[in-house]
Amino acid sequence: MTGTDFLCLAPFLIIAIAPVVIMIVISVLRNYEVVYGFSILSLLFAFASIFFIIPAVPHSVEPLFIIDLYSLFFLGIIILSALLVTLLSYDYIKQLEGVREEYYIILFTSTLGASLLAVANHFILFFLGIETLSISLYILIAFQRSKDSSIEAGIKYLILASVSSAFLLFGMALIYTAFGTMQFRGIVSAISNNGQLSPLVISGFGMMMVGIGFKLALVPFHMWTPDVYQGAPAPVTAYIATVSKSAVMAILIRFFFNIRGFDNHYFFIVISGTAILSMFIGNLLAIRQQNIKRLLAYSSIANMGYLIIILLTGSNKGIQASIFYLISYFITTIGAFGVISLLSTCKYEAEKIEDYKGLFWKRPWIAIVFTLSLLSLAGIPITAGFIAKFYVIFEGMKAGLMVLVFSMIINSVIGLYYYLRVITTLFSPANETKLAALSLTGNMTLALITLSILLLGIYPGWLIDIIVRFVTL
Amino acid sequence: MILVYLIVILLTGAFLAWIAGRWNPTGSRIISLIALSIDLILTISYALQPIPSDSKWLIDINFAWIPEFGISLHLALDGLSLVLLLLTFFLGIISVIISWKEINQKVGFFHFNLLLILAGIAGVFISLDLFLFYFFWELMLVPMYFLIGIWGHENRTAASYKFFLYTQASGLLMFISILAFYFVHGRTTGVYTFDYLQLLGTIMPDSTSMLIMLGFLAAFLVKLPVVPLHNWLPDAHTEAPTAGSLILASLLLKTGAYGLLRFIVPLFPSASISFAPIGMLLGVIGILYGAKLAFAQTDLKRLVAYTSVSHMGFVILGVFSFNELAYQGVVMQMIAHGISTGALFILVGQLYERIHTRDMNRMGGLWEKAPVMGAIGLIFSMASLGLPGLGNFIAELLILIGVFKTNILMSCLASLGLIAATIYSLRIVQKVFFGNKNRDWEMNDLTVREKIVSASLVIAIVWLGLFPQPVFNIAKPALLKTLDAQRERTIQDPVKSKSEAPVKTMLLFSDIKIKY
Repeated sequence: MTGTDFLCLAPFLIIAIAPVVIMIVISVLRNYEVVYGFSILSLLFAFASIFFIIPAVPHSVEPLFIIDLYSLFFLGIIILSALLVTLLSYDYIKQLEGVREEYYIILFTSTLGASLLAVANHFILFFLGIETLSISLYILIAFQRSKDSSIEAGIKYLILASVSSAFLLFGMALIYTAFGTMQFRGIVSAISNNGQLSPLVISGFGMMMVGIGFKLALVPFHMWTPDVYQGAPAPVTAYIATVSKSAVMAILIRFFFNIRGFDNHYFFIVISGTAILSMFIGNLLAIRQQNIKRLLAYSSIANMGYLIIILLTGSNKGIQASIFYLISYFITTIGAFGVISLLSTCKYEAEKIEDYKGLFWKRPWIAIVFTLSLLSLAGIPITAGFIAKFYVIFEGMKAGLMVLVFSMIINSVIGLYYYLRVITTLFSPANETKLAALSLTGNMTLALITLSILLLGIYPGWLIDIIVRFVTL
Repeated sequence: MILVYLIVILLTGAFLAWIAGRWNPTGSRIISLIALSIDLILTISYALQPIPSDSKWLIDINFAWIPEFGISLHLALDGLSLVLLLLTFFLGIISVIISWKEINQKVGFFHFNLLLILAGIAGVFISLDLFLFYFFWELMLVPMYFLIGIWGHENRTAASYKFFLYTQASGLLMFISILAFYFVHGRTTGVYTFDYLQLLGTIMPDSTSMLIMLGFLAAFLVKLPVVPLHNWLPDAHTEAPTAGSLILASLLLKTGAYGLLRFIVPLFPSASISFAPIGMLLGVIGILYGAKLAFAQTDLKRLVAYTSVSHMGFVILGVFSFNELAYQGVVMQMIAHGISTGALFILVGQLYERIHTRDMNRMGGLWEKAPVMGAIGLIFSMASLGLPGLGNFIAELLILIGVFKTNILMSCLASLGLIAATIYSLRIVQKVFFGNKNRDWEMNDLTVREKIVSASLVIAIVWLGLFPQPVFNIAKPALLKTLDAQRERTIQDPVKSKSEAPVKTMLLFSDIKIKY
């Protein structure tokens, strides 16, 4: 390995070494604050190291890694999301009984798995990344061992994720049988040489789609989402909704565009069908939910539906739109789950909609953050969600995907209905419920999120510039 | 820059009012008053300057906003916008004053929402970038939703949902149309922009133009509202607090009318002509059906709400007659209806504060108890039925004359609406102020604050009825510009010969001037 190789892998090395250091520290001295501070610092270092790599790209570490601007950008998103989740975890995890420091170790290993997906250039690394991510998530979801729902969610995720991994692996095997290579570049050139895809390859990709669809919670592989979102601790839910999804999205976009999946008739039908089903089923099922975490789970299914429309545009502009959407969706989701985790205690999870009744009159600041997040999810102006939705609809229409765009419009209205229901609850007369006290870190993180939602909603030009500069395939 | 200041002052005022409301409710009321007064004075000082009669914009500013998509911060002012801005700030001040006693909970947040709505409305009236226009169009929804949902009456939640979903759904259709327009223009000319002035001359096939126009129409006709799409209006108006009803009826509905004049007619000249018969028919149906429903109500506030449906029917009727006389009438109708219906909503609010009911069957004989209130009610009922000497008469007469020149049948049918209006308006006066005393209500007459509000509205409506010329002078260049843009583009269209004759007559008419 050369020096450049090491430089390019610096973020991964930092993320990999950090949990080891935490483990050693814990064995000597258990101090929550020290571990927390160290985790934040390591993530910051990992993020900063990305900037040093920029001059060295594109660079590939054969045969597994490809490090280009695209992967660095996703790496940035993943690390920043992980950082925000860590910031929000402070109070929630601190209240837990028993061991708490291990939470951060596992957060690091899962982040490592997620960031590997962003640079994967090979099926081996793809699978390695996804398994590292999943196995860490089993533990994170079931982290509150005293709670039945948490254990239940963990086991559900364990079983379903294993099954989906099996599909993914089998799909990879089929493609390997057909082409004799597991490197993306090799597969791409094999496909362009063959022209027509053989049934073997099609079924291989289909199997892989099952695995990916499961991770992104697309219909019909969405069944786990509400239960897991509900059962997992709120910060972990935020983590699943953001870090895990962005990593899978990173590899899906790269792979799909490299093999030019949008040109293929079958893929086109499958993806657009999945998109439409995800939107409708996600939104319709969300309407009747009384549990805010389940509601957000269904809303995330719908949002992933909107997002994969972009796969079919087949243009770099389309990818850029999808990345803007991802970023705004992440900020918003972390905002919403941040509010939930700040209001929850280890004894009582603030997850019923009625827990939020009259929040505006008791905790105006928190209620405003929550309202802004929900409005952003609904795509109302002055929030990031509006620009994001505009961007996706814009690129969708440009590519002539009118059916998909219209389903998105219809679903925006359905979505608005249940977001409004929550917002109405926030502003209705208050009742007596106990709410947890707020901490400084939590407040600051929420302030940061609010600012970003508004900034992206009012003046999105700078982020679009950055995305356009970085993200091309 | 004055246009940017107008919006910025409102937004700053909104935040200051919210913050001030935490310590002192009166503080936030005063801050709102100050912000709106500054805006009103700025606008009046502009209106007093002579209006150049050529088709230039009075003010035109343009900054890049999101250059990646060709979106700019393009604000401009012409006579039409100017008149509507005056109305907006005037009624804005009124709505702060009438809420002085009515709203005593969460005062700061109330004024925050109020000013935010007004900022959105003002933005709609002056933006010349379609994306920016949509931005402001949506911006007024959320605060209005809060206004209804937090400070409204018993069924406020359902009403606020209905309002939001109707307007948002139709707004999204318009959004799709805006994007489609953008792409059609971009593909034919190579310039991708949301700028109204550049999009103005876009040439596209008739079928495309029709489809895109229908998207815009959806948004405007829901806001206006036109009869099959009016379902949200009675609920929203009835459940909103008085200031909310006032803003809904007097300003929010006008954004729909403004959209028709500013966007539908100039952007889709030939498509709008093909749509005209349907548009006029919808107008007539609205006039008659709205009046019929108004007559059938027992809830006073609901009655007033349905009169809006009827009066707004005149607006769409006038717009689709493509005739300058009718257009003058439309502008006048927007203002006169804003003032008269607003005043009626204020009256209902004052009654409700005193006797806590809106049911007309429980009222009656109130003139004895409150003669001043009765007189005000009488004046605005008369305005609503179109009594000569008050603004609404000028408006409806001009529209009917204008329409008569293009479509006699529709004009005749629409004039039946005046009779219907007489019936329901007199019913208000009869049931509330005269008639049998159903109950001996303990109530005071208007206070000084309420008298000032009512007096200023009475002065405005009488002034509009007697001296409408200033309004015509301000709005005329803008309206001519709209019609010219439409006529130039349909030069080969056979319909053109039809629409030319009335315009000439109109020019004669405007030389004579309307005198009383």
